[in-house]
Amino acid sequence: MTDRIEQRINSLNKRLNSEKRFRIYCIGAMSFALAWVLILFLNIFSSGYSAFYRTVIQVDVPFLNLIEDTTQFSEMSSEDINNLSMYSFSKKAIYGLFPDIEEKKDKKMLIRLFSIEFEQEIREFLKSNKSNINETETIYLTASDDVDQVSKGNYPRDLDEDKRRIKDIQLLFFDDLVDRGLVSYEFNLPFLMRGDSREPELAGVGGSIVGSLFTILVVLILSFPIGIFAAIYLEEFASKNRVTDFIEININNLAAVPSIVFGLLGLGIILNTFGLPRSTPLVGGIVLSLMTLPTIIIATRASLRAVPPSIREGALAVGATKMQAVMHHVVPVAMPGALTGTIIGLAQALGETAPLLLIGMVAFVVDVPQTPLDASASLPVQVYLWSESAERGYVEKTSATIMMLLGFLILMNLAAVLIRRKFETKW
Amino acid sequence: MKNIKIKADNLNVHYGDKQALFDVSMHMEEKEVTALIGPSGCGKSTFIRCLNRMNDVIDICKVQGKIEIDGNNIYAPSMQVEQLRERVGMVFQKPNPFPKTIFENVAYGPRIHGIAENKSDLEEIVVNSLKKAALFDEVKDRLNDAGTGLSGGQQQRLCIARAISVNPDIILMDEPCSALDPIATARIEELMGELKTEYTIIIVTHSMQQAARVSSRTGFFHLGKLVEVDKTETIFSNPSDQRTQDYITGRFG
Repeated sequence: MTDRIEQRINSLNKRLNSEKRFRIYCIGAMSFALAWVLILFLNIFSSGYSAFYRTVIQVDVPFLNLIEDTTQFSEMSSEDINNLSMYSFSKKAIYGLFPDIEEKKDKKMLIRLFSIEFEQEIREFLKSNKSNINETETIYLTASDDVDQVSKGNYPRDLDEDKRRIKDIQLLFFDDLVDRGLVSYEFNLPFLMRGDSREPELAGVGGSIVGSLFTILVVLILSFPIGIFAAIYLEEFASKNRVTDFIEININNLAAVPSIVFGLLGLGIILNTFGLPRSTPLVGGIVLSLMTLPTIIIATRASLRAVPPSIREGALAVGATKMQAVMHHVVPVAMPGALTGTIIGLAQALGETAPLLLIGMVAFVVDVPQTPLDASASLPVQVYLWSESAERGYVEKTSATIMMLLGFLILMNLAAVLIRRKFETKW
Repeated sequence: MKNIKIKADNLNVHYGDKQALFDVSMHMEEKEVTALIGPSGCGKSTFIRCLNRMNDVIDICKVQGKIEIDGNNIYAPSMQVEQLRERVGMVFQKPNPFPKTIFENVAYGPRIHGIAENKSDLEEIVVNSLKKAALFDEVKDRLNDAGTGLSGGQQQRLCIARAISVNPDIILMDEPCSALDPIATARIEELMGELKTEYTIIIVTHSMQQAARVSSRTGFFHLGKLVEVDKTETIFSNPSDQRTQDYITGRFG
């Protein structure tokens, strides 16, 4: 008798121990996954956050040297100001930081502390303040990429001069400017507003954000209605036979097709046969819709299937037609699930790169697109483009773009969760 | 002898290769409660679902034979199934209110059939249906609450109100009390007694006591065949078939 009890206790202890072990395995697996996510986020954040501010250098610009009376600017149109020749005037304003420099070589080095658009920046300042220009104005000019990186501490100063992009004399100038309090930081609004550029300090993600948004919009407009209707038909109306089985298998297959294949399809048919404009969010959206459709159809079908059949019967029993039963009762209950699936599909499409490379959305586009028919980049492709660039300034921009992309993905997934919570039918 | 409302004639039903009903012929009288009893899987639910053609939904279900309601064959090609279901309401085993408000649950039928002329008409129909289903007093202050938030018995009465709302002649009840406690069951049974003055009621039930309490005629199904149909007292006191005798005395089933 006692033997049997002992045996039971032993066996119970064994079971409890194995449960403990199992829990430890599970926690271990979860921690491992979480640790990698954390490492990824830390890595991206630590190298990307510095792209959100930029180095500017204060320069006193003596506008009196450009014109006899600065009040005359207010009477000039923007075009007049565009026609003003300001290059040497702007250069002289910068030389004013170090009036003692004589040698041409050194002057050139000084100019190179600034972004090559310094003349344009002064002109823009003039345009937007033309009615109120004093004899001398203090303007914050964008520092060049090299200076920006040195000042953010991203660029090693202790390399040999011939291995460095920034020269000793430029470092001397820069340190002197820092000592005089002329170097400061400001929020990098241009990074969020502008398109791509060959100059890292001028390159922005604005173009690719807008490109991505247009692309996602096209995906939404195309794939949401088509996906929902296809799912409703297959789940509610189609009779179960070989044809629908075949369609079902192929929808599942379509979900597993490598995305680059869709890119080839877009290149071969949408661009070459239909002749739609290359590199545009419209074509990108069409291609990504093909990818997103199976996701939406599968998610919608699953949520339609989860609606209890008794609801359909209840509606049919009071004399509703099949369509009324489906549209009035089944679809509203399934909608939160369908929307969640759609958002998850859109999030996938947002992060998709390979098909966009093939339809030419990998082009170097300086302008922010105005319509889905303008050539454009997209966020993931921008990451790809910048990660291949040599300049140090693109490193932080690459990470910052990934941060933006992750931010959008998190927002979309959050929206999916919220929609599900808010509109889910409580039984 | 009352008028014959429903008449089934040599009804055979197949689900794919499996035959569920064999040559069922019976009639139901107007404004009476007819109970269908029998062990699980005997075909009584299949039979009741033929009366409003709910089996049409099932692809593999084939119905042969004839069912006449007021002399019209409901399986005739000219019969529109939506119109049929407007005349033949149904209450299911598990209460299945729509996940909408109490008001919407009852208003849905009249709305799709265009029965109500205007909003106040619709409100009147909803209130009357709820009253007939003996639910109005309990929910009159919360018609805009979710129908799914009611108790099981209230939900079932809501489903009865929903069935009544389109003003049918016949109400089919497929084990309407099997998911309810005894008190809620008693209320529904009481309600059936009131409803039969206006409607012809067919009820499928597992409870022989229930059949005895509410019905005037009872049919006993076994293995897809209608073994016996007669006045309820006769079935329970003096059945003519040995199988009926065995079933009602609890020897099987």
